[in-house]
Amino acid sequence: MSSPTLEVKNLRTYFRTPAGAALAVDRVSFSIEKGATFALVGESGCGKTAAALSIMQLLPPAGYLAGGEIMLNGRNLTELSEAEKRDVRGKNVSMIFQEPMTSLNPVFTIGEQIVEAIRLHRKKDYNAAKEASIRMLSDVGLPGGASLFHEYPHRLSGGQRQRVMIAMALACKPDLLIADEPTTALDVTIQDEIIKLINKMKASTGASVLLITHNMALVYRNADTAAVMYAGKIVESAPAKGLFRRPMHPYTIKLLRSIPAQEKRGVPLDTIKGVVPPATSYPEGCRFSGRCPREMTGCAAVEPRLSEYDAGHVAACHLWDKEFMATGQSRPLETITDALAPITSPEGSDIDEGKTLEEGKTLLEVRGLKTYYPVSAGLFKRAAGYVKAVDGIALIVKKGATTALVGESGCGKTTAGKTIIRLRAPDAGEIIFKGTDVANFTGAQLKPMRSSMQMIFQDPYSALNPRLTIKATIEEGLKVLRPDMDASARVKKISATLKRVGITPEMMERYPHEFSGGQRQRIGIARALSVDPEFIICDEAISSQDVSIQAQILNLLKSIQRDSGISYLFITHDLGVVEYIADYVSVMFAGKIVEDGPVEEIFANPKHEYTRKLLSAVPRIDKELPPLWTLP
Amino acid sequence: MPVILSTDLIVYFVVSAALYFGLSARNDGRAREVWFEIRKNKLALASMCVLCLYGAAAMADSIRFRDALVDEKGAPVVSSDGAVLYSPQPLSLLDRALPGMRGNSEKTYSAPFSDRLFVKETMETPDGRVVRDYPLLKHPHDHALGTDRIGADILFTALKGVRTAIVIGTGATVVIIPFAIFFGVIAGYFGGFADDAVQYVYTTLASIPGVLLIVSFMLLFGSRGYQGGVVAAKDAVLAVFVPNDRLFWLCLILGITSWTDLCRLIRGETLKLREMDYVQASLAFGSSRMRVIYTHIVPNLMHLVLITFVLQFSGLVLAESVLSYIGIGVGPQTASWGNMINASRLELSREPVVWWNLLGAFVFMFALVLPANVFGDAVRDALDPRLRNR
Repeated sequence: MSSPTLEVKNLRTYFRTPAGAALAVDRVSFSIEKGATFALVGESGCGKTAAALSIMQLLPPAGYLAGGEIMLNGRNLTELSEAEKRDVRGKNVSMIFQEPMTSLNPVFTIGEQIVEAIRLHRKKDYNAAKEASIRMLSDVGLPGGASLFHEYPHRLSGGQRQRVMIAMALACKPDLLIADEPTTALDVTIQDEIIKLINKMKASTGASVLLITHNMALVYRNADTAAVMYAGKIVESAPAKGLFRRPMHPYTIKLLRSIPAQEKRGVPLDTIKGVVPPATSYPEGCRFSGRCPREMTGCAAVEPRLSEYDAGHVAACHLWDKEFMATGQSRPLETITDALAPITSPEGSDIDEGKTLEEGKTLLEVRGLKTYYPVSAGLFKRAAGYVKAVDGIALIVKKGATTALVGESGCGKTTAGKTIIRLRAPDAGEIIFKGTDVANFTGAQLKPMRSSMQMIFQDPYSALNPRLTIKATIEEGLKVLRPDMDASARVKKISATLKRVGITPEMMERYPHEFSGGQRQRIGIARALSVDPEFIICDEAISSQDVSIQAQILNLLKSIQRDSGISYLFITHDLGVVEYIADYVSVMFAGKIVEDGPVEEIFANPKHEYTRKLLSAVPRIDKELPPLWTLP
Repeated sequence: MPVILSTDLIVYFVVSAALYFGLSARNDGRAREVWFEIRKNKLALASMCVLCLYGAAAMADSIRFRDALVDEKGAPVVSSDGAVLYSPQPLSLLDRALPGMRGNSEKTYSAPFSDRLFVKETMETPDGRVVRDYPLLKHPHDHALGTDRIGADILFTALKGVRTAIVIGTGATVVIIPFAIFFGVIAGYFGGFADDAVQYVYTTLASIPGVLLIVSFMLLFGSRGYQGGVVAAKDAVLAVFVPNDRLFWLCLILGITSWTDLCRLIRGETLKLREMDYVQASLAFGSSRMRVIYTHIVPNLMHLVLITFVLQFSGLVLAESVLSYIGIGVGPQTASWGNMINASRLELSREPVVWWNLLGAFVFMFALVLPANVFGDAVRDALDPRLRNR
């Protein structure tokens, strides 16, 4: 066996923060064989990107390497001088970033940028470098390289830019390519193409790939070896297929079980209690102690070693350590059966149970809805043309059921949502809500329907006014829509709603920045729920969240639906979520609905070409695997 | 007999607004939260004390009255119809508090803490010899910052300049902020025709050279009324109120020419805020536009307003000196740092250099602008809940 391309030993990276030194990467060791793909997976903040930046020796000023070796083809990168490091970057290691929109410089043509990347490391004259870069552009699937050479980045789509990034990264045939969430910001169909491209380029250049992602299915499909990171440490590492067949660490198991998928329909998703401890004060023993369902008396004090329990399969958990299990510290703290609790409403919430639901009746029907944006031109800004954002769509939402509106970014699904909830006026069509067409209602006429239709937004950071307390945020809707309520009745209502979404009512005087992203999303849900709506539009409501938080939010939304018979319109691009939660699905493409029907039917038998392409592009974990994910 | 200038009203307004916020911090509520935040910042507290001193000086210099004229025996002078006659020169509380500094003028320049004049004079000694030397001062070692060309104490002139600076800095801002917020928010939030109209106005204003506009405005309005110093009977309404104050017109035109920058900033920020999800959420509740603007847009603009206020404050004080230099600023009888800087233009080209007039203006201006910046930053941070509990 040849020596590995990259070998990382005991890497430790700290970040200086006002709260003290944060241990971002803690004694991480792994190696990548030549031509192999190694995946680092984990939730945000677990240290994946810090590890990648440490390898590139590109830590931000606040970060520093506290120890460890980074051997690239037998050369220790930590001992190089700054000039030598610069030489290594781009030539031996290169990196692709998450956000293709900001990783290219907008004032240079893409040709100039690739040529610069080549000439930094190869002694080539301009014409030779230009030829090489045009060849590179066609290699990454951008034909017409000669004309593209002179284009500026803004003329290219996100997917095309990511291809240019890959061309730049591979221009000098590096030994290692670090791909940090290379597809997260892209649409599903483009994600698929980019991953295929990375695999193709890897095969043709023989580079090793370090894939950093939070998408488990992507790892399952593409990685040779996968390592799960939690709180700065690798907690489990194994050949990718083996990891999914037999996950050993409780964290890995919980994480896998929280991914929404079709086979989990009707049952709640697994969630992990508590939050990741802050990097400035990790627990002494196992980092997962306090959140682990299988915690034993010694877990919080004794740190588990990363040991091999199967061929190539290492895990850091006492449960598999026979020596530890033989000691007196192995008494479990609590015995929980490995069954998921049914979806319930938390105790003490005043939502009355067993409301009679009139399921099956149509709550909302949209017919021929059109929303155009005028494109103005000329001195007097006359509309010169229209962008047909929503071009005659039809939708049905049934009482107590969930309809999903899927499609890629820019297909008009958000505009459709905003038009249905009448945040903007439609240009044509009917929006029949509870038997009344509200499409042409104005100001005062709309007011009665406002409390029955609400919206939950994508970005929990921009969804809450940073200068209002949580109480004031939720109270606003009550003040406007329930003028009959006095201040004390409003506070009562706010407490009840906060309790319903799992936020302690005592926190209502706090400001949004004092909450985590998941909590903010709950507050956003509480704001919508406070006026007792019958219908909620969830606009990508969970797509910016980590898997385990997604699971909590999905469970919450499902339990709310079960309790009070709310209907949802789920606007999303995540097909896993659709399979898990939706009853009906409408596939939107370029302003039009191309296919709709019950979820099972569409997913089993897609008729339209676009739906087929969409479904085949989604990376999936094989269906026979999830039943194997049981806690030891 | 009291005299109230229109610019005095600006000072009263600013001081009472400061008092109002100070008193409302005693009750529970927003102001108290902000005050607790500011209190943690030692530097801001020190700045606040300095600003309070300046405010007190400006206030003391804005309460003025005229004395009754008295004859040699101390009896009031009475006109032919029996009315008491008053001096045309109103004296403020500040003037009255520092009679020594006001009255101890010398012949001409003298260096700080010197006992002699700065220029040689031909003098006759008691024994009849004629010598040419630096004569002794009337008040030796008394002038901490020296005296100016006409022998007035520079420390006193600089102190009198505090009121002028505060009137211009705050008076122009009082004009700028409502204008800028109103038009900026309207343009940004409503867009369309309102946006076009507002942009048209401020582009037009910005394309006229500011100095030209100020000059013509000041020549039109500012050259007639009260110029500082002695109050003419024709300027006073009911013998008490002087509405036509040159300084007031200066504040007004400085405000009119400088609201456009802030307005542009506010328009841009509003355009961004308008699309925020929390604004959409509020609209989904059926909130009125006024409510959205009041609760979601304006509070999130305050950081821009405060930063611009603090930066413009120093800019406005400087603008006053530039305008005084070309003769359309405050009147020559009004003590102002701008006039002092203007005078030092000639003084610095002398040999040896007369540097203390400039130093006086510099020290006083610096000691006002720096704390204003520090305190403004502290207030902005205190208003932002995201920066609390750090």
